[in-house]
Amino acid sequence: MLSFTATLLLDGISYGMILFIISVGLTITMGLMRVVNLAHGSFAMIGGYVAGYCTQRGMNFYAALAFAAIIPGILGGLAEVTLYRPLYRKGELSQVLLTIGIVFVTTAAVSEIFGAFPYPVQFPDYLVRPVDIGFRTYPAYRLFLIGVGAAIALVLWLVIENSVYGAKLRAAVDNPHMARAVGMNVNLLFTGTFVVGCALAGLGGAVGAGIMSLEPSYALKYVVLFLVVVIVGGEGSFKGSFVAAMALGIIDTLGKYFFTQAAPYLLYAAVFVLLLWRPQGLLPPKSAT
Amino acid sequence: MMTAPHAATQTAMPQAAMPAATGPVLSVKGLTKSFGAIVVAQDINLDLAAGARVGLIGPNGAGKTTFVNLLTGFLTPDAGTIELAGEAIEGVVPEQRVRRGLARTHQINTLLTEDTVTENVAIAVAEREKYAWRMLRYTPQWRRCVAEARQRLADIGLAAVLDRRVSELPYGQQRLLEIAIALALNPRVLLLDEPAAGIPSSDTHIIHDVIERLPPQIAIIIIEHDMDVIFRFAREIVVLVQGRVLTRGAPAAIAEDPQVRAVYLGRTVV
Amino acid sequence: MSASETSPAAAPASKLPEGFTAVPPAPGRDGPGLAGLGRLSLVGHAVPWLIAIAFFFIAEGYLSMGTQILIWILFALSLDLALGYAGIVTLGHAAFFGLGAYAAGIFSIHVSSDPIIGHLVAIGVAALFGLISGALILHTTGVTFLMLTLAIVSVLFEYGNQARGLTGGDDGLQGIKIDPIFGLFEFNIFGQTAYVYALVVLFLWFLVAWRVVHSPFGRSLDGIRQNARRMRAIGTPVWWRLLAVYTLSAAMAGSAGALSAHATRFVGLSVLTLLTSGIVTVMLILGGTRRLYGAFVGATIYFVVQDYTAKLSPYFWEFVVGGMLIATVLFLEGGLMDLGRVARKGWARLRGHRAEGP
Repeated sequence: MLSFTATLLLDGISYGMILFIISVGLTITMGLMRVVNLAHGSFAMIGGYVAGYCTQRGMNFYAALAFAAIIPGILGGLAEVTLYRPLYRKGELSQVLLTIGIVFVTTAAVSEIFGAFPYPVQFPDYLVRPVDIGFRTYPAYRLFLIGVGAAIALVLWLVIENSVYGAKLRAAVDNPHMARAVGMNVNLLFTGTFVVGCALAGLGGAVGAGIMSLEPSYALKYVVLFLVVVIVGGEGSFKGSFVAAMALGIIDTLGKYFFTQAAPYLLYAAVFVLLLWRPQGLLPPKSAT
Repeated sequence: MMTAPHAATQTAMPQAAMPAATGPVLSVKGLTKSFGAIVVAQDINLDLAAGARVGLIGPNGAGKTTFVNLLTGFLTPDAGTIELAGEAIEGVVPEQRVRRGLARTHQINTLLTEDTVTENVAIAVAEREKYAWRMLRYTPQWRRCVAEARQRLADIGLAAVLDRRVSELPYGQQRLLEIAIALALNPRVLLLDEPAAGIPSSDTHIIHDVIERLPPQIAIIIIEHDMDVIFRFAREIVVLVQGRVLTRGAPAAIAEDPQVRAVYLGRTVV
Repeated sequence: MSASETSPAAAPASKLPEGFTAVPPAPGRDGPGLAGLGRLSLVGHAVPWLIAIAFFFIAEGYLSMGTQILIWILFALSLDLALGYAGIVTLGHAAFFGLGAYAAGIFSIHVSSDPIIGHLVAIGVAALFGLISGALILHTTGVTFLMLTLAIVSVLFEYGNQARGLTGGDDGLQGIKIDPIFGLFEFNIFGQTAYVYALVVLFLWFLVAWRVVHSPFGRSLDGIRQNARRMRAIGTPVWWRLLAVYTLSAAMAGSAGALSAHATRFVGLSVLTLLTSGIVTVMLILGGTRRLYGAFVGATIYFVVQDYTAKLSPYFWEFVVGGMLIATVLFLEGGLMDLGRVARKGWARLRGHRAEGP
């Protein structure tokens, strides 16, 4: 019984880790730049496809992961400067429309280049194998996800809490006007953060490809999930996104197990109720901690 | 262009006759509000009779705009009552309070920037006349709304820009439009939130003239930092400091009050 | 009017400062908004309808595509009311379209295959859903509201996926049979009945939309879109107005869904996806919001592009449409219908530069 519960929890946590890695970039940029970015899933998708492409051609797995992070990061930086920046002041509708346009473009590009069927990432053998964790054997892959997620969470926490960059980030999230007034190069901060967010998304899309399969409809399919993590955790809140991602991962997994019939729409229904009850999210809003 | 008001006869702006109110037209008792540990309003009492001219002053952060938001319904008080013409309005939504006769202007212009000056006022008239819910096409009533709007705008001095879009107007004229819209609602109580804000002091006399010519039967609270306005216009002054009413009284008394001077100047001025 | 032309009163004319008298030169009063459409003459109005009618006679082989265009015009028109005029930023309109389609389909299979009654039932279902969901969520704004609309579509999609018995699941709802309209006009593979049926329904809804938009109610919606705070400050019951237009818009979208079910005799689960909401939004933005006819332009262009580029590659149209959307957002705020105005402005600026000289 304990083993069973533990398994479910591990399943949920590992799923949550992917959601966290992908969504943390989104929550920071949405909290920082107050931009509605429906195309965030596209960057995750691109990272996944890059990793898939590289690993299928025999590249070292970790090198592939590096590319999976770098390429979406670069694309994100370009996009931020050329497409997103003109829209910071233009309001939510323009941002929604622009990012939908980006989703369409990336979805079409991916369909054209890689085809419409699920695109696999070749994980190294030692990750695909099941591993003995004491009370049972468990896929190493999921443990890998938990490890990667925890490592990233730790690094981010250190950076955000303890570095100058982190302090600037938190300040700019709390009060962008003041941040500009004290001379912070907010443009650079925005672009840099956006790049990091997209890179993380790409990494998440790559490592998570075993659970969240890569196909052209990835971006639209999962955007609701990412936004849920952001909104539930509170825009701009790093801790919030971690907690929300964990909660979402666990609840979704438990739900799929116990209420297989109802699970998918129960999740969205729960999100609906939660948003009505607490529109700012579960955790205190508006701080990057 | 604005017609300069005649020095001798100040013509007040026209307003539809309102039924005479018995008792104060606005009555605030014990209004209290905190955000966590921060107390933004503490046991505020205020009675306004019809035609009152009350100035609300206080240093920045004293809670003046909070008070306005509490009155208009955008904030819910933790305690206290608000009565408009004898009816309690604590639970009433902001738009309903407007319909009952409580209008305000905003510290930062809140205008329909894509529309013309006339349209901004005409829409307010249409709402007042309960005409705006109609889903059939425009009837002659809209033309009457427009006509009334144009008349009011001429009275306030905006006759030259009736058909300009608001986004093209200079800031000063936008401030006047704020006031014109609020007046078009025929309010019983009018809250003017820093009407001269953002206007260079050399030009504020325009706003002053307009305020002086406001219909006499409306009860008006004006929030201002501009002491010229307050002392010229208010018959009673309420001083708000950190959410509390520090003192209140006639302008001359307030000007002499050492407490008030200390609050504003940080020291007693001889 | 200069500052010196004051009233000839005894009091000296005050020298009014720049801030109060500087009246900038008036540009032409063009641009999006109700005025733009109101100036269309009767001839201008007749053009799209004449084209639609002519299409019926000229393009025999393309009638089914034409019907699809008409259906999506109606769908985009419904979104124009909510998004364009009232400023309700929603990605959930697929919910109403899908509900209307499924309601019409299920009704025809299980209750009665009369198309008119089925259509009215579908409209009722969509409107009711719009009323209830709108009542629940319209007090929120921004990302929260957007998320709620997304959540609603997701719930419906997942439910539709599960309830295979009712909806056919991801195989779609098949076996829809429609009786001839009024017992006379039969739906067949030639698609003539479907086309005229769609055109008539579109025309009726267009009249409704026109009336609503050119009315004090529509005017107040425009005000709410520009500045809801200002509208509340003049006593407008904003929430009620939004609820009313949201419900009307839902009814229209549901009607479009019913048309779709009747015309193709099939309802696929894709009608309940974010992609569907996205496509109709793209159509509206491409064509131009707050023009009513923008929906016509946008839907037509979308289908034409899709048709042409499909020959190049199955995915090219999505790429082109996405690119058009991005370009529209960045450069053409009023959509393609604004192209004329933007071009004129650019031309005027060019000529102005020449006239100014050094």
